[in-house]
Amino acid sequence: MREIEASRITEVVKRLCIEANEHLPEDVKCAIRRCRACEDGEIAGGILDNIIENFEIADNENVPICQDTGMACVFLEIGQDVHITGGLLTDAVNEGVRQGYGEGYLRKSVVKDPIRRGNTGDNTPAMIYTELVAGEEIRITVGPKGFGSENMSMIRMFKPSAGLQGIKDFILEVVETAGPNPCPPMVVGVGIGGTFDKAALLAKKALMRPLDSENPDPYYAALEKEMLEKVNALGIGPQGFGGRTTAIGLNIETMPTHIAGMPCAVNINCHVTRHKTEVI
Amino acid sequence: MEKHITLPLTAELAKTLHAGDTVYLTGTIYTSRDAGHKRMCEALARGEELPFDPADATIYYVGPTPAKPGQVIGSAGPTTSGRMDAYAPTMMSVGARGMIGKGARLPEVVEAMKQYSGVYFGAIGGAGALLAKCIKKAELIAYEDLGAEALRKLYVEEMPLIVIIDSEGRNLYEEGRAAYLAKR
Repeated sequence: MREIEASRITEVVKRLCIEANEHLPEDVKCAIRRCRACEDGEIAGGILDNIIENFEIADNENVPICQDTGMACVFLEIGQDVHITGGLLTDAVNEGVRQGYGEGYLRKSVVKDPIRRGNTGDNTPAMIYTELVAGEEIRITVGPKGFGSENMSMIRMFKPSAGLQGIKDFILEVVETAGPNPCPPMVVGVGIGGTFDKAALLAKKALMRPLDSENPDPYYAALEKEMLEKVNALGIGPQGFGGRTTAIGLNIETMPTHIAGMPCAVNINCHVTRHKTEVI
Repeated sequence: MEKHITLPLTAELAKTLHAGDTVYLTGTIYTSRDAGHKRMCEALARGEELPFDPADATIYYVGPTPAKPGQVIGSAGPTTSGRMDAYAPTMMSVGARGMIGKGARLPEVVEAMKQYSGVYFGAIGGAGALLAKCIKKAELIAYEDLGAEALRKLYVEEMPLIVIIDSEGRNLYEEGRAAYLAKR
């Protein structure tokens, strides 16, 4: 058994909130640069040049890449031999978000009630996802999630008879409906299986996976590649002005499901797909 | 076509701009998004004045990050314009002509643009650090309690934009995509 102070979790979450918002992951930068090299349209190419210039300014000047610094999605993989001391885990994470969004000059974008609204003023509460794993470490990933793209996400409970074709059509339908709204080029996260809620979680987790990785199951790795090509054949292009680059990545995550169902969630992210991980 | 224009956006100037034009904008603009638009339209419904003169005005749909010490403003890219569709025709009816944002608009907004010679400019979504460089002055003018959504008066220089929908209703989202697919 290993003891970890709650204050240590606060400190890491705070730092990850700031760093994730200022510095785009290398895999995302590489994907954008690779797409730029293949884009020959004048407007499309110019937009991707500006997007590259933007993340370089953010890197060099330590400023937020995008003004929508998002809801703080915090993924915690907690080793079951860890004992957290000196406070509650949820409080520790929220304090980290509060300090990170305050000291990092990040935008506070959270309202305290979905209908009655009212800004909480410190970007809390965080969206916290915990998972118990083996070992005595805590792996923390902060993925700030903007809502221009979140709003374009969808979930559908398919009949099993819809089959693979149903899933393929749905992915394209979601991207087509999103069109220019989620700041394309986008990243598409697909979750298939589980229950209603688990499918959505899988889609969110798919967005956290590096764009230069692939699903370990060759069947789904091939589907990721096929669907990325099909998404890009839609021609929506950078910012929706037409072009080759509608998405810079498409990741699929799956899990077992019920004999009667085939849930599928598609979570859309923009080109500012942010996540940063640290292990305590 | 590349154009360098100086505000205010008069009807005459608006009519010279066409979907697909790259525009570098200089002058005074106002920021507002969901909550600010709701308040302004409620104020108009009560017969009150707006916090700024809407005649020939351009509104930027943005909620910036807080300015760090020494900065004029934080990162300041556009938000999704469709959420302002419910308010845009009302704003145009009192004289506001330019809108800066990103994403699709409803047919009734396009109809109002044709009626009032409105122009919908696109700024690059997600390029908040880059766009902040064009903002030379920022002043909070109303609704301070709304935080990032408060109304601000900005002075911008050579702000890089693209005309998405022009005053004749031509739409780059439709034309640009069709042109790419036709040539592919």
